[in-house]
Amino acid sequence: MAMATRILLRELDTPNIHKMDVYMKNDGYEGLKKAIGMKPAEVIDEVKASNLRGRGGAGFPTGVKWSFIPQTEPVKYVVVNADESETGTFKDRQIMENNPHQLIEGAMIAAWAIQATAVYIYLRGEYWDVAAGLDKCIAEAEKKGFVGKNVLKSGWDCPMYTHLGAGAYICGEESALLESLEGKLGQPRVRPPFPAQKGGGLYAEPTVVNNVETLANVPWIMVNGAAEYKKFGTEQSPGTKVFCLSGHVKKPGNYEAPLGSLTLRQLIFDEEYGGGVPGDKKVKAVLPSGGSGPIIPATDEALDMPLTYEDMQKLGTILGSASIIVMDEDTDIAWVAAKVTKFFKHESCGKCTPCREGTYWLDKVLDRIMADQARESDIDLIANIAKNMQGVTLCALGDFAANPIIHTVKNFPDDFKRHVGETAVTAGGSARRGAAAPAGD
Amino acid sequence: MLADKYADRIETAFAKYPTKRSAVMPLLYIAQEEYGWLSPEAIEEVASLCDLDPTQVRSIAGFYTMYRERPKGKYWLQVCTDLACALKGADEFYEQLLEELGLDHENDTTEDGTFTVEHVMCLGACDRAPMLQCNFHFDPKYDRLDMEKARKLIEEWRSEAKKK
Repeated sequence: MAMATRILLRELDTPNIHKMDVYMKNDGYEGLKKAIGMKPAEVIDEVKASNLRGRGGAGFPTGVKWSFIPQTEPVKYVVVNADESETGTFKDRQIMENNPHQLIEGAMIAAWAIQATAVYIYLRGEYWDVAAGLDKCIAEAEKKGFVGKNVLKSGWDCPMYTHLGAGAYICGEESALLESLEGKLGQPRVRPPFPAQKGGGLYAEPTVVNNVETLANVPWIMVNGAAEYKKFGTEQSPGTKVFCLSGHVKKPGNYEAPLGSLTLRQLIFDEEYGGGVPGDKKVKAVLPSGGSGPIIPATDEALDMPLTYEDMQKLGTILGSASIIVMDEDTDIAWVAAKVTKFFKHESCGKCTPCREGTYWLDKVLDRIMADQARESDIDLIANIAKNMQGVTLCALGDFAANPIIHTVKNFPDDFKRHVGETAVTAGGSARRGAAAPAGD
Repeated sequence: MLADKYADRIETAFAKYPTKRSAVMPLLYIAQEEYGWLSPEAIEEVASLCDLDPTQVRSIAGFYTMYRERPKGKYWLQVCTDLACALKGADEFYEQLLEELGLDHENDTTEDGTFTVEHVMCLGACDRAPMLQCNFHFDPKYDRLDMEKARKLIEEWRSEAKKK
């Protein structure tokens, strides 16, 4: 067990890994040295062979993404998506705070692989302190010749900069992130052209956008090889993953484990991980991928399913960024739907009509439901609004905003029915945590 | 004037990007730090530094929630009340904090200008709920809050504000 089941949260095994000297003594920047000794295409092949999948939520193969970049273009960018804003996600923060050089090294390997001319790390605005910490680390790496001019005497120049957002969930969407980095409103772009193509990336140049956790895997893959990496995890989900565990668990936090080595039940109940539910209550529901993924009832089948991309699909949900929010038996799922809808109403960028208007109407009707002033037909009404938001927007936010409605109504109809018609409890009644949800503006 | 007082920081911001426009977000932060909020004059100043129209800059200030176009208190407290935090009682904590400072959803700033209290969307610290950030900074002291801890913090901030 002690042997390298952790690739990312290494501060738990090696104290002070955030310091350059400690990092260097523990294979630090060896991956970058190895990469620069190889041809860029060979680096891409190695990452492809590892089948590393994007950890930001979509799970797209990282090496394949890199291979889309046209090598002939003189200006190319790597952009690190550190906008981590999904409800229930706090893994990238821990990686950047405690193992920052591994991210910097991973980003530089990606940059070598596509022969990038600069790297930008786009952090959510709230990670002000994290950005300041990274700036110091980047300066150290520059002094050592790992970043900046003539990287490791290869003749290749590649500076690295941090950029702070300012509080907009939508900027985690890659094309909105690029808009924001260009000093514009964070609104998604029409694609094609895709970011990897000329005309579609940052400043219209070909650009790779990768999540923090994704890139932090890359140095390990370079040092140990794709074959070793694939020994962790499953065929379709290789490697380890950081699981962000929150909500009704005794020990919320980030837990890293090989994909497929843990079930939901183990993650929630084992002493090593969540340690069970406060008050030893039963689990009612789980959101495996934050607010945006489909909610699932905590059946035995679900609890015993291994945590992988492919197994979560069998349950009709997604692993996504593995932001696992646990809800106990007393949670009112209608309240959860209302809460998550306030989030998406606030975060909709306003560009596409179905998302902008849909979230607004969902919020209004859900307020009515939560005030126990709704009609039975209101449940069908929200399901109908949500269905009409799916697949018709420029980015996934429209679908994300529909999920909390469609899957809560489908899986927990009784939680809605008790708020409507003659059976409705009067306002302020039984709906635990149903009151005092502040208005999202 | 920002251009004189923050010449180094402004230059650092411009040096990061191939276009001046990209520096608009870091410059808005500098302006907000200097003036406490983004007044129309502050926005004009940033616009002229970035060669943009003030209307464009105002639309950016309005789009992103961390820019504030109204005066705010010296201590800007943002409480996360998103789902993961709310499951741990963040809604109730936010209401109690407002009440403690004599504020409500509309009047979010104390009359003496010491505190502004807002609820915000996920701050990426769901394992530490209920929690808040103060002037964009996190601190272990702001984690796993209840009103007893919050009252101590308020007291600390009040006495710190008096010294300034």
